[in-house]
Amino acid sequence: MAVKSNNQKAWLFVLPVVLLVAFNALIPLMTVVNYSVQETFGNNVFFWEGVKWFEDVLHSERFHASLLRQLSFTGIILLIEVPLGVAIALTMPKKGFWVSVCLVLMALPLLIPWNVVGAMWNIFALPEIGLLGRMINGLGIDYNFTQNPTAAWFTTILMDVWHWTSLVVLLAYAGLRSIPDAYFQAAKIDGAGTWAVFRYIQLPKMKRVLTIAILLRFMDSFMIYTEPFVLTGGGPGNTTTFLSIDLVKIALGQFDLGPAAAMSLIYFLIVLLMCWVFYTLMMKNEDQ
Amino acid sequence: MSLVLKNVVKRVGSETHIYDTSVELHDEGFNILLGTTLSGKTSLIQLMAGLERPTSGEIWFKGKNVTGVPVQKRNVSMVHQQFINYPNFSVFDNIASPLRVVNLSRSAIDERVGRVAEMLKLTPMLGRNPNELSGGQQQRTALARALVKDSDLVLLDEPLANLDYKLREELRDDLPKLFADRGCMVVYATSEPAEALSLGGHTAALHNGQLTQYGETPSVYRQPTSLRSAKVFSDPPINSAPVTKKDGRIHLNDQVSWDATPAQMHIADGQYNIAVRAHHITPTPPSGASVKVSGRILVTELSGSESVAHFVMDDQTWISQSHGVHANKVGAVAQYYIDIDRCLFFDLDNKRIAA
Repeated sequence: MAVKSNNQKAWLFVLPVVLLVAFNALIPLMTVVNYSVQETFGNNVFFWEGVKWFEDVLHSERFHASLLRQLSFTGIILLIEVPLGVAIALTMPKKGFWVSVCLVLMALPLLIPWNVVGAMWNIFALPEIGLLGRMINGLGIDYNFTQNPTAAWFTTILMDVWHWTSLVVLLAYAGLRSIPDAYFQAAKIDGAGTWAVFRYIQLPKMKRVLTIAILLRFMDSFMIYTEPFVLTGGGPGNTTTFLSIDLVKIALGQFDLGPAAAMSLIYFLIVLLMCWVFYTLMMKNEDQ
Repeated sequence: MSLVLKNVVKRVGSETHIYDTSVELHDEGFNILLGTTLSGKTSLIQLMAGLERPTSGEIWFKGKNVTGVPVQKRNVSMVHQQFINYPNFSVFDNIASPLRVVNLSRSAIDERVGRVAEMLKLTPMLGRNPNELSGGQQQRTALARALVKDSDLVLLDEPLANLDYKLREELRDDLPKLFADRGCMVVYATSEPAEALSLGGHTAALHNGQLTQYGETPSVYRQPTSLRSAKVFSDPPINSAPVTKKDGRIHLNDQVSWDATPAQMHIADGQYNIAVRAHHITPTPPSGASVKVSGRILVTELSGSESVAHFVMDDQTWISQSHGVHANKVGAVAQYYIDIDRCLFFDLDNKRIAA
């Protein structure tokens, strides 16, 4: 009887992936988990704390406030960037020389590093010397983003819209361009108007790319750090202290490694959960 | 009730898509636009629909000049090569979509959609979405949308091209029945000669934006007025070669010649081009007069119960098509018989001369 021998060589082929995932994801994550259940006062001395840090974070008003600010920020920028991006994509030319011009102009903000964007907008919006700041003040509106929370929020949102709407535009444009002309001809024959064409042909055909756009913008804006950090530093007061800014303050400012690690894990789980919910909701109709 | 094109020209940029074309399409049965890709079928269909405006010339429909009239006001329906349906409408709503814009009562819509769905065997799928249907069902939904309103003109732009073989045959058989006694004009674009022949009606042969011939389908097939029309209407490609007529004999080359048939006797001496369809060159002699040729086999193919062989004679490739499965070896020298009664004669400008 022939015995099928187990070929142990296969492990060799799996090894690179195992190592990659281990160093890339598992080990850093487990280090965070390790910190999140212990207390340390330095010198590599650790005391077991169990789930105390998690309870602390979940009950802390400071965390609730940051989370609320984060959710508001993400909600507002999604509500602005997605419709605006689709609207711009719809008005972009379909063929000819201007297509490339528009695409390059649209792609430019995406190529600028985060901290440069933050610095740019900081100078741009300064009430005394910035172009935007002086213009708004010139209109008779008292605008100072370093002192007024509303102005700080306005500037942060405007900056994000400027930086990231292009991403939605490019994705939506790609989705629109992939619709065969025959659809528009069929709609024309039926006598469908511009709104009906958008509602019943363009929007359903863009569904996949818009799902991706919303997911990307959600994840990115939910983890936003550099731009508001450079622009407002989380202020005035704590009014633009979003989750990641708060996290860095706790971890590196106060050096509370345990609570910071617990907060990181909760933060991570929230992002994961929200993405899953988004994705399931948006893909639900797809496979009916 | 007729559709007339008067000196229609369509240019886009520096390219001419349709050269000066005048034709009066027949009211009854199918009008087939036959041609390869880029021959201008789709351009003509779009002009007829009113989706595009001709650069010059006029289009008349039912005795009225409709040249500038937009498609919404023309009462036309169209089926495209791609399966075009509203993606998030059910099959029912898709079929009903042309009726929704004309303010029909709910019960009238239900009744008409139900009837058309029954005709196209879509009744069980009415509640589904188009992306849950097979290709054939999706295209039948698109056909139902075209049938549900009483259009004066129905344009079918290669509706079967994206379907698989079996479905294509099935729908091709159904099409004439679906449009019989509807009192509408049907224009059907296709690149397949076999499809044109099985649909009957009238055929317009198109080549590179030019209408080469228009007439009843069988007569365009049997009596092409030019070598172009003959080429458009032949699959496998028609064989053509120069011949010389001298002293009552037709010379194909140094070895092959034959006595002119009674019909060919009337042709004056001189040089001509002949064309012979592949199925008139066979490995066994035909019942009538024929001439024997031989050549080295280059390629052989089987399609269904038909054998096709490409062979080289005089540095030229000839194609033979015959019934049955013939075991031809590539590289072997084989003999074929040209049915000389079926040779079509063209002058050196490739215009057909009676023979």
